Amino acid sequence: MTTTAAAPRAGAPQTTIDKLADFADSRLGAAQIIKGSARKIFPDHWSFMLGEVALYSFVILLLSGVFLTFFYVPSATLIEYDGVYEPLRGQYISEAYASTVDLSWGVRGGLLMRQIHHWAALIFVAATIVHMARVFFTGAFRKPRELNWVIGVLLALLAVFEGFAGYSLPDDLLSGTGLRIASAIILAIPIIGSYMSFWVFGGEFPGEAFIPRLYTIHVLLLPAIMLALIAGHLFLVVLHKHTQYPGPGRTNQNVVGYPLLPVYAAKAGGFFFIVFGVIAFMAATIQINPIWLFGGYDPSPISAGSQPDWYMGFLDGSVRMTPGLLEWSIGGYTLSNNILIPALVLPGLLTGVLVAYPWIEQWATGDRGEHHLLDRPRNAPTRTGLGVMGLVFYGILWANGGNDVIATHLALSINDITNATRVALFVVPPIAFIVTKRICLGLQRRDRERVLHGKETGEVFRLDNGEVLERHAPLSAEERWLLVQHDGYTPIEAGPAVDANGVRRPGTALQGVRRRLSNFYFGDSVLPVTPAELAAAHAVHQGHEAIEATDDVQHNRPAITSDH
Amino acid sequence: MITVMRARRHRLALPLLLLASLLGAGLLYAAMTPLATATAEQPVTAVADPTDAEQVAYGRELFLANCSTCHGFDAEGGSTETGSEKVSGPSLIGVGAASVDFQVGTGRMPLQATGPQAPVKQPQYDDVEVKAMAAFIASLAPGPAIPSEFLDPAAGDVGEGAEVFRTNCAMCHNFAGSGGALTQGKYAPSLRDVEPVHVYEAMLTGPQAMPVFGDNNVSPEQKQNIVAYLDYMETESAPGGLSLGLLGPVSEGLVGWIVGIGGLVACAVWLGAKAT
Amino acid sequence: MTDVIHSNPVGDSEPSGASPSGSGTTVDTRAGGLPDRFDNPGLPEHRPRMADIDVAAARRAERQVAICFALSAVGSIVTIVGYFLVRLAEPTAAELRTSNTLIGLGLFLTLFGIGVGAVHWAKTLMPDHEQIELRHAVESTPEVKADAADIVTVGIDESGIRRRPLILASLGGALAIAPLPAILLLKDTGPNPGNSLRTSLWEEGVRLVRDPDKTPILASDIEVGSIVHILPEGLVVGGEFSYLEEKAKAAAIVLRLEVEEVAEAARPDSYSGLVAYSKVCTHMGCSVALYEQSTQTLLCPCHQSSFDVLDNCRVTFGPADRPLPQLPIGVDADGYLVATGGLKGTPGPSFWELG
Repeated sequence: MTTTAAAPRAGAPQTTIDKLADFADSRLGAAQIIKGSARKIFPDHWSFMLGEVALYSFVILLLSGVFLTFFYVPSATLIEYDGVYEPLRGQYISEAYASTVDLSWGVRGGLLMRQIHHWAALIFVAATIVHMARVFFTGAFRKPRELNWVIGVLLALLAVFEGFAGYSLPDDLLSGTGLRIASAIILAIPIIGSYMSFWVFGGEFPGEAFIPRLYTIHVLLLPAIMLALIAGHLFLVVLHKHTQYPGPGRTNQNVVGYPLLPVYAAKAGGFFFIVFGVIAFMAATIQINPIWLFGGYDPSPISAGSQPDWYMGFLDGSVRMTPGLLEWSIGGYTLSNNILIPALVLPGLLTGVLVAYPWIEQWATGDRGEHHLLDRPRNAPTRTGLGVMGLVFYGILWANGGNDVIATHLALSINDITNATRVALFVVPPIAFIVTKRICLGLQRRDRERVLHGKETGEVFRLDNGEVLERHAPLSAEERWLLVQHDGYTPIEAGPAVDANGVRRPGTALQGVRRRLSNFYFGDSVLPVTPAELAAAHAVHQGHEAIEATDDVQHNRPAITSDH
Repeated sequence: MITVMRARRHRLALPLLLLASLLGAGLLYAAMTPLATATAEQPVTAVADPTDAEQVAYGRELFLANCSTCHGFDAEGGSTETGSEKVSGPSLIGVGAASVDFQVGTGRMPLQATGPQAPVKQPQYDDVEVKAMAAFIASLAPGPAIPSEFLDPAAGDVGEGAEVFRTNCAMCHNFAGSGGALTQGKYAPSLRDVEPVHVYEAMLTGPQAMPVFGDNNVSPEQKQNIVAYLDYMETESAPGGLSLGLLGPVSEGLVGWIVGIGGLVACAVWLGAKAT
Repeated sequence: MTDVIHSNPVGDSEPSGASPSGSGTTVDTRAGGLPDRFDNPGLPEHRPRMADIDVAAARRAERQVAICFALSAVGSIVTIVGYFLVRLAEPTAAELRTSNTLIGLGLFLTLFGIGVGAVHWAKTLMPDHEQIELRHAVESTPEVKADAADIVTVGIDESGIRRRPLILASLGGALAIAPLPAILLLKDTGPNPGNSLRTSLWEEGVRLVRDPDKTPILASDIEVGSIVHILPEGLVVGGEFSYLEEKAKAAAIVLRLEVEEVAEAARPDSYSGLVAYSKVCTHMGCSVALYEQSTQTLLCPCHQSSFDVLDNCRVTFGPADRPLPQLPIGVDADGYLVATGGLKGTPGPSFWELG
């Protein structure tokens, strides 16, 4: 490698750019890198930009966050406020709160940066979730991308923690109440809860130790871990090359799109500025988290509608709907199931299911192949149904987290909403699953219908015998391909429970589970049309098809409308 | 018909249909929800005076004609049955002129329909009539009078008002007086655009679910500070842009999703669409 | 195994291990010499854009991109002007709003202009011929796998770990206990809880004072239907007790009921209709401060636990389980309300040792 640098290329470097290029290449092997990557192909689709929204929001969070650290004081020590915001003067508030109020009111661009930071945080987590949903519903988590899916789930989880940490740092009344709840969740942990709470908070809640500790976690520990995971996430995207939607010319062995240089550099680079611009626009025009109105944290006052940011809302909702009778006193000890189940077990289970899902599906399908072509959600009806079921489950929890705001704005009762969601949480998701799956199967049948009988034209004509028909136009090869390209799966067949010698085969019970699971996935699958089926359909409807296919019919039999 | 059939195949047909049905559902809901109207400007001109015989007599006349169905002819409370609904009104002995001025002056009374609580609506009576009824109720037994001082927002201290507000009011009315939910469909109403005198009277009399904050516990000066804080909220509360109703993180989350994610997805769709 | 009826697009070379089909049979649906699935028709023909065929359209696109970039520069100037226009020395809300809007909208224009310009440039003027790149399986060839396995085997052999079990066992043991000191070091992040989760500043003789103005309360100050938020006297910022920590356990309320309304169990600790309760929620510690005097309900705004004042603050709805602890009260020689004992229970959230 190094010898090439010494050897002059075709003539010694002439211009400054040549010299710079030579400098970089001889030290970094830049030419090799550019040759290998600058013309890499990326497929183009709007839904592929959702992950970029998350990535760019994260970068914006780093930039605006650095600005905020220049002014924020991570200290919970109470001081008598004497800053720029007049209504708070003379009150005892923490230095953290005082500095956050002052950076909002006394630093030019300070409020803007705080609002950029907060909006970017909300959008970061939201974009992460939407991106995850896209990956899930299109089956992009399948081999070889299972590990990247797991990294993504971890990132989503860390994003929520990181967001909560940031929400808590200003030490205002709202965020202090959030920390109060966090401390109660720690206290509820069996056996070690009270000790852990005292270690985390450096003594009794709230204490003065926690804010500086949380600051280190928020600006150093979590961002560093997330940055490493993001680097891994992106590395794997490059290694696997991006997935693509099915379509003419797209196969499992190629990737069709535009080269990194210049098209994707301009599009993706430009999109960073667009994301930053949109967030700046929101920060300029929409107020978020007006902490100076909340007052500093004090355990006695509280505000109606004390809520966490949206991404913690589902946990708030689950805690609100859990009845208190789950708190048990056993043998002189207290087991606070009313906190543990909704606040720790439930999110733990959700995370576990998400992490395991790629392997669950793999096991059910027996499909160990690589998949680089995305599924249209309708072509994986069970997965799509499960995904919608999960989202509905999440949505019900989330809605109950805002039940007080819903109650006041829709003239309802919080008690009624909570009771309704207690029932809905168990009833509605399965219904959502069934309905979604039926819709997918219906769409698949419609796709078959279109392939077999062509597309409706909206033109109606009458035969000599008086029969009225709608003219169907055959699909082009490109149009048809989208509807027939996917793999059709049927359930795993049951092997005999006993072998040839009448001995029970080992592992039959597990295989039974697997068979049922596979049947659950593919028992009612709709298979794509085969050329033979299409030919058969043409044969059956020959007369009909002939009419459709010939142009002169159009002239001989003028279309009539039902208006006549 | 052809055009209709063609139209339903247009690629915008589904989004437009969705939009139309959403709009329809919204309008239907709006039509079915009784509108809460803000109170009208009510300059305090006539003062309820229980010793003014003429005013008391007029008030009694109004009371008998309009309030006695529920509150009884002697204002000792009562009940009336209309069909299956039973409406009962509490005794008004000793509630004072302040209570009448608050309930009738903000349009809460007379009650239009039974419900978890009486909503604010357009006042049914003019100021003279309200004050006459207040004088009549005050003449039955002593009670809190309509306050006439400590109502000037400009004379109050916003900072101290905020502190007292946070301890005594924010738990129900929220940190910015935007209101909040109570149990079983009851709610603490928004305090925006509420006359200082009505804020003061509510603290004195504890209407509906609200507790009483007598002058011994929240002094007249403190009440004036609260009025000053609420006034500050109306004018100075949103230096960061649109206030989103000052409801806290729920409305912020909604906007983050709709404007933020919605706007960025729109940008991404534009980015991914082929140029013509 | 699953039957995959249609395996892969015809005409594609199959990389090893990439077939979705398991060991099952592939159903042969060939009939009449037809393939068992449709052919991939290949990339559709490229449709030229306006700017590809019309020089004027290309010029127009070029101008649009330039306008976007120019607007970005304008945005930067707006930001700079906005920065200097409003000085934030004791600003009013309106001044802060002007500053925020100007700087923010300027920044928006700066960024959005660059972004839209770059994307528009890419969409209209850069080549839009779709290109194809082949994928290569990430999986290594058998030879490479064998080589890698050999390298690892040689490495392990050279380390001698297999031949010297003592090393392996002792290393395993050392690694197993190595985390213990690390965890132990975290122990000093805080003291042990001891009894402090159960105690509060309330004890016999402590006066009740109003929050936030810390004034003592006469029994006659409190009318029926009113609520007073109280703290123990002596709890002040910079005083002898840690302020927020003690307040988080001692915050309480006094209400006046009609004497006959007071619950039987609460009566001995009440004072002529006055009852006092901890307002720290027994669920997660928020302030149970919403008092509905019409229904005698206390409501927590965080998770909506509801407590019945007429039934000694028993939970009637929501996720809390324990009633709010009552604070026994009386009056001292000067007629001020005082505690006649500690809280009748543990204030705040439950924990394991609570019992």
